[in-house]
Amino acid sequence: MAYLDHAATTPMLPEAVDAMAAAMSLTGNASSLHTSGRRSRRAVEESREALAAALGARPSEVVFTAGGTESDNLAVKGLFWARRAADPRRTRLVVGAVEHHAVLDAVLWLEQHEGAQVTWVPVDELGRVTPEALREAMGTGDDVALVSVMWANNEVGTVQPVRALADTAHEHGVPFHTDAVQAVGQLAVDFAASGADALSVTGHKYGGPLGAGALLLGRDVALVPLLHGGGQERDVRSGTLAVPALVGLATATALAVERQPEAAVRLAGLRDDLVERVGAAVPEALLNGDPVDRLPGNAHFSFPGCEGDSLLMLLDARGIEVSTGSACSSGVPQPSHVLTAMGHEPRRARSSLRFSLGHTSMPADVDDLVEALPPVVERARRAALR
Amino acid sequence: MSGGVDSAVAAALAVEAGHEVTGVHLALSQAPAALRSGSRGCCSREDARDAGRAADVLGIPFYVWDLAERFQADVVDDFVAEYAAGRTPNPCLRCNERIKFSAVLDRALALGFDGVVTGHHARLEDGVLRRSVDADKDQSYVLAVLTPAQLAATVLPLGGMTKAAVRREARSRGLGVADKPDSHDICFIADGDTQGFLRDRLGPQPGPVVDALTGAVVGQHDGAYGYTVGQRRGLALTVPAGDGRPRYVLSVEPVSRTVTVGPRSALDVSTVLATEPVWSSPRPLPLTCEVQLRAHGMVHGCSVTAVDGGWQIALATPAQGVAAGQAAVLYDGDTVLGSGTVARTAG
Repeated sequence: MAYLDHAATTPMLPEAVDAMAAAMSLTGNASSLHTSGRRSRRAVEESREALAAALGARPSEVVFTAGGTESDNLAVKGLFWARRAADPRRTRLVVGAVEHHAVLDAVLWLEQHEGAQVTWVPVDELGRVTPEALREAMGTGDDVALVSVMWANNEVGTVQPVRALADTAHEHGVPFHTDAVQAVGQLAVDFAASGADALSVTGHKYGGPLGAGALLLGRDVALVPLLHGGGQERDVRSGTLAVPALVGLATATALAVERQPEAAVRLAGLRDDLVERVGAAVPEALLNGDPVDRLPGNAHFSFPGCEGDSLLMLLDARGIEVSTGSACSSGVPQPSHVLTAMGHEPRRARSSLRFSLGHTSMPADVDDLVEALPPVVERARRAALR
Repeated sequence: MSGGVDSAVAAALAVEAGHEVTGVHLALSQAPAALRSGSRGCCSREDARDAGRAADVLGIPFYVWDLAERFQADVVDDFVAEYAAGRTPNPCLRCNERIKFSAVLDRALALGFDGVVTGHHARLEDGVLRRSVDADKDQSYVLAVLTPAQLAATVLPLGGMTKAAVRREARSRGLGVADKPDSHDICFIADGDTQGFLRDRLGPQPGPVVDALTGAVVGQHDGAYGYTVGQRRGLALTVPAGDGRPRYVLSVEPVSRTVTVGPRSALDVSTVLATEPVWSSPRPLPLTCEVQLRAHGMVHGCSVTAVDGGWQIALATPAQGVAAGQAAVLYDGDTVLGSGTVARTAG
């Protein structure tokens, strides 16, 4: 048995489970004025402070959400609407070509329904967005509502030069959003030092509960809300606060960030071992993404002549759980836009698998994968020839 | 696993028989966005979910295989091309022949599986294909095109059960699809409007409707592909018949776009030429047996002789409404002997 899909979700930290379970017994709406309400509010505000401290933000810059997709939608749509309202010329979005669908599809929605124009910032063959490419895409910048480039790619693991990209956006006074969902717990993420105006995180990628995340949003950044109602979270995100989930989120964030330097070294060591041994076991396998600037827990390969979904199914039958990249709700695999943006053929894109490591990964997981892989690749190749 | 009750119970019975079973749902639609593509649809998201839930209940792995391109080329495009050529295709038969027991089976065997289990209503024992015990639900007609090699890697667990029994088995296992309505008609024509579907793809091709007895033009049509031999309704004839009796489509000729109509008696067919013969249970020719000439159609006694490229089938009693493109399936009692494609008929 080997769980090699931590980039999809990773087990909760026991400390987060305990803290969350305890908070589940609290009665009280954090917006209520009585004693019970104050007790819940205290738990929320302590969580906000803990999360802010861990991620280099001020407590007032934390907007709790239901996760990464909501944070990305809130940032992209909210910034677009606010910037256009302030100046109607600002109708263009400048967005990295390898973004997660939570950004990508929000951008496409604005294009189709709100008259937005989109400039996709191209990536190189390693999946990198360079400041030069961003500068060229910005043009004069007068018509740009926002720039959004992810911190690290969810499929191939390539890490972007976030600080330099934020500075480039700011040359034209344009706000910069980054989807850091894959980065927290694997890389050092500091909101203030990053220069970003908005940053998306979600707890379940690093040991927190599913359904709890945050958008870190600079104090002076105007944003139009998606959800209207009770005015919670700076009036930016209405809705009764999910106290236990936020307690679990904050506990996990604090621990994951505290352990990150050590975890990154350990995971990178395991990952390098995996890459080397997969390469030896299946010599024709091709590593995708940046060989150096990549998430410590990420290894992403193409297996020429195979279908990724055949490989996934055959590995699953042997207890090895991996991903073809990004899950699709209908279960029908599409060639990854990330791989095609990097200049790879759809056939190579369809032949790829992502192995992602996390806090529970052990050397035995790599052993199991390396043992199972060669016959699986052989069989998948024969199936693809049919 | 289509998301219906039959494939869910077939999977359950395969699991209980001790097989190592993996559920596969075929994504056949090019645009699977619709949550529910009408009650007749077979590949909506709701169907995929129902199939996945049945697999969950059975505790088996479950995957979606994308065969939309193959299905479009081998079934949908073939369906349209057959109508355009004046024939009446059976898309379920084509799907079995080219998708379920070809593309899917080949891939499964290459991946290390031993065979394919489906929820078709037909019996298959020791390589011999027979009708289901449930005559109303029998699907042996659309499976008769399978070769012995295909049948050897096929398991049909439901042939000994009635549909009602299948639903009971589903309920007793807690399968949520136990009371899901049966699918009907053609899965890729969700609204059931075959004529509209063909018109959208082939465009208007107006032509004459000709009376076989008088040779007179008795009406106009928008496309000969909208007509099937034996059809009576929707002819929109402008000249009444001399004898005042109903007229039926006797033939569809796509090149001259001529639809020929005539009295019911002129529909009688006593000889059928079937091409592309496939034997599931090979027999020497000449042969006396039975033949069925359309899905859920009547069975006729017949004698079969070999001719160049196929079978000459002489019917003991005349058949009516025999359309080119349908399958001529030979039976010996319940046992399927083989299948050919109706190419020509004679009175």
